[in-house]
Amino acid sequence: MANTACFIIVSRNDIPIYEAEVGSAMKKEEAAQQHQFILHAALDIVEDLAWTTSAMFLKAVDKFNDLVVSVYVTAGHTRFMLLHDSRNEDGIKSFFQEVQELYIKILLNPLYLPGSRITSSHFDTKVRALARKYL
Amino acid sequence: MIGVGKIKQYTNVLDKPLSRGRQEVSLSAFAFLFSELVQYNQTQVDNIAELERRLEDAGYAVGARVLELLCHREKGNRRETRLLGILSFVHSTVWKVLFGKVADSLEKGTEHEDEYMISEKELLVNRFISVPKDMGAFNCGAFVAGIVKGVLDGAGFPAVVTAHFVPVDGQQRPRTTILIKFAEEVLRRESRLG
Repeated sequence: MANTACFIIVSRNDIPIYEAEVGSAMKKEEAAQQHQFILHAALDIVEDLAWTTSAMFLKAVDKFNDLVVSVYVTAGHTRFMLLHDSRNEDGIKSFFQEVQELYIKILLNPLYLPGSRITSSHFDTKVRALARKYL
Repeated sequence: MIGVGKIKQYTNVLDKPLSRGRQEVSLSAFAFLFSELVQYNQTQVDNIAELERRLEDAGYAVGARVLELLCHREKGNRRETRLLGILSFVHSTVWKVLFGKVADSLEKGTEHEDEYMISEKELLVNRFISVPKDMGAFNCGAFVAGIVKGVLDGAGFPAVVTAHFVPVDGQQRPRTTILIKFAEEVLRRESRLG
């Protein structure tokens, strides 16, 4: 179980549409902001890496102290980014794939504007449950 | 007594599985719905260019969703990073799922490097539509052009996509061609990737 984990979904236009702190450790205010900063700084690397491979799961993209950034890029170039300190790659891959299914279901809603914030509380609950299960 | 009974349980859409679902939809139902869509938009605009743009916007929303869904279902989570890859994805997979058959042909434009054409003898959406003479070159295939644009834009290949009628000798109804003109950055990235 990862102690710290920060999960954000960034749309194609580099706008974050969902964020959640899913670690089991106590949340500190500055730590949360630092996590988001690290993830946003990794976006450039992800952009370059995404065009070199046709796989969706890009493993560890960037490191900061002992925290690792892992990224999963979907067909529509929506990036799922996870900042964590665990070493369990298969668990992270399964987590991303489950979140991708949830994301597709949200996207299929004709009233959802692609690239806008995901406000569904049910989605939030499910993502946190998945994080507890896989991370 | 009124009101006594089992309370209906509403399951959230996120809990239902993302199954393949029913593959086929009634053609007449779709044709009717599409004709109503065109008629509704006709009342909202005063010129043809605006009408085509509205149909294209409607298709764009469909294209964005089709891309994510089909890459998940059909391609086992592999993205397209090359131009020819995404074009053949549109030409075969997208067409097969939406219209039940692969598109008739995919050609590269001869005059310009950045132009590609997908041709179809009779577009499904145009099958039951006849365009009056005073509407000139209006083509309801703008809806399909919007779908292609949504798929290409979503995958990171911005392009201008339009639908045109191309008269064919020996055939009464003209062929429909979807013309795709890619943006500069796509060609630059393609040549950089080699």
